[in-house]
Amino acid sequence: MTALFKYAKVIRSKNSGPFEVTLDILFDDPAKYQHFKEQNVLTIDKIAELYQISPDQVHHFVYFDPALGIKITIARDISSGSAGDRDVYGAQQHAPLMNIEVEE
Amino acid sequence: MSAINIVSPNGMLGYGYPRESFERAFQQKVHGIVVDAGSTDAGPHKLGAGQSIVSKRAVKKDLEYMFEKGIPANIPIIIGSAGGAGARPHVEATIDIVNEIIREQKYEAKLAVIWADFEKESIINSLADNKIKPLSKNIPQLTEEAIVETRSIVAQMGHEPIVDALREGADIIICGRAYDPSPFAAIGIYHGMNEGLSYHLGKILECGALCAEPGTTKDSILGSIYQDSFTVQSLNPDRTCTKTSVAAHTFYEKEHPYLLKGPGFELDLSECSFTEKSPGVIEVRNSQYKKSTKTFVKLEGARQTSFRTFVIAGVRDPLLLQKLDQVEKEVLVQVKSYFSEIPETDYQINFYHYGKNAVMGDKEPDTFGGHEVGVMFEVLAVTQEMANSICANLRSTFLHYGYEGRKSTAGNLAFPFAPSDVVFGPVYEFSIYHLLEIEANPFKTEWMGVNKK
Repeated sequence: MTALFKYAKVIRSKNSGPFEVTLDILFDDPAKYQHFKEQNVLTIDKIAELYQISPDQVHHFVYFDPALGIKITIARDISSGSAGDRDVYGAQQHAPLMNIEVEE
Repeated sequence: MSAINIVSPNGMLGYGYPRESFERAFQQKVHGIVVDAGSTDAGPHKLGAGQSIVSKRAVKKDLEYMFEKGIPANIPIIIGSAGGAGARPHVEATIDIVNEIIREQKYEAKLAVIWADFEKESIINSLADNKIKPLSKNIPQLTEEAIVETRSIVAQMGHEPIVDALREGADIIICGRAYDPSPFAAIGIYHGMNEGLSYHLGKILECGALCAEPGTTKDSILGSIYQDSFTVQSLNPDRTCTKTSVAAHTFYEKEHPYLLKGPGFELDLSECSFTEKSPGVIEVRNSQYKKSTKTFVKLEGARQTSFRTFVIAGVRDPLLLQKLDQVEKEVLVQVKSYFSEIPETDYQINFYHYGKNAVMGDKEPDTFGGHEVGVMFEVLAVTQEMANSICANLRSTFLHYGYEGRKSTAGNLAFPFAPSDVVFGPVYEFSIYHLLEIEANPFKTEWMGVNKK
């Protein structure tokens, strides 16, 4: 087993509009991507658990084979830059994904 | 038919770009120089305050070289979402910079300005006619109150008014708020190319060289549209585009990886193929443009909600670090008690612990094990004076607070600066982020001849 941040090429987060944050995990090798996809370690419920949100706050959870990646879009509790927001660009919300354990 | 070539100097007007990269685009015939100048990424402040987050100096520098290559060669130059948010004050600031360069360099240019502003009255009417809906399910329904409190309301334009301006011979087009890919797509569509390919290429080009490796928004990129495909290539030999880097870019800052919703259409990229035509030249096919039965444009608006004052300080005392949350609670009680004449609904105090959980707040999964924390005290209030007063009291109360077990009786905070309190000014929120159903083109074009009829 290894941590996802060692296995994936890109793990990032970013606003997709002011009311959502989108999480991207991209791989550099089709075999690694397929292997990750087949392991099914990442699910809507797992995202909900990692981000302490309800599954219906996970707006999109989509694999896209040509790009060797998965995209997960979640609702923001507080919209970008409003009082109480902690990450205006949503650019540092990917950290909880990094240590997900995956089979090599 | 030969290619339609579009150069994107960088991913954000004012971010800068290497001249040599941009220059390389002109080794072939270029049909358009297009740059995106706006985004909601930096939060509601730009739209709410009518301000920009790039300097005038930087915008001018970026534009000067674009004009130098474009105007004498009759290559149209398009600026999307001018000034950062594309509302009237942003567009006016951009017009001033453009005119300044034209005057200084004695260019002749026909300038088209496409406004994206909406009157509050018309939005209130559209709301009453049930023509407005939230963009995602966590956005509240729009209310008349929110509309009235919103300073500027803009909508994201599609390619249509930009194509019209190209047909009428504009040399420079300054767009108010636009769907980011639209000003790029307008060049291809004006030349009769496929909408799907034009928009997909626009989606890639609007971020500058971010689709290359290493990716950056601060470098130039070239896109070429053909009859059944488009290609994208880096203009800097230190970067290269790969099949995966271009395919992966469709992911960037969008909610869905292959279904992109634009004004009046949906772009379906699920059947796209990405191939390397020649080294570093990536060819894309099968980007599908699906026209919607109804046309919705995305409305954006921001309103002021409060004023902010804040303090940043360091805490190094291990005894205080152990009970930081407890001390804050006790300090809060003292501050509230001191300002008992102020209704508690008039202000809000927030604590941020950098080094512990400032980025993720209560959702931080890791436990703290450090020896130092950067604390930020934030006071939001209905007036700046109130925010300043409460923040000053909060800071002095915390500084001298005699918590249980304290050994450091001289002070609890290490301030990096004097004075410690930072008066921030107004705080905004996105009050409108909704879809508006339209029937006719609501974007008005204004012509401004500069040294040219």
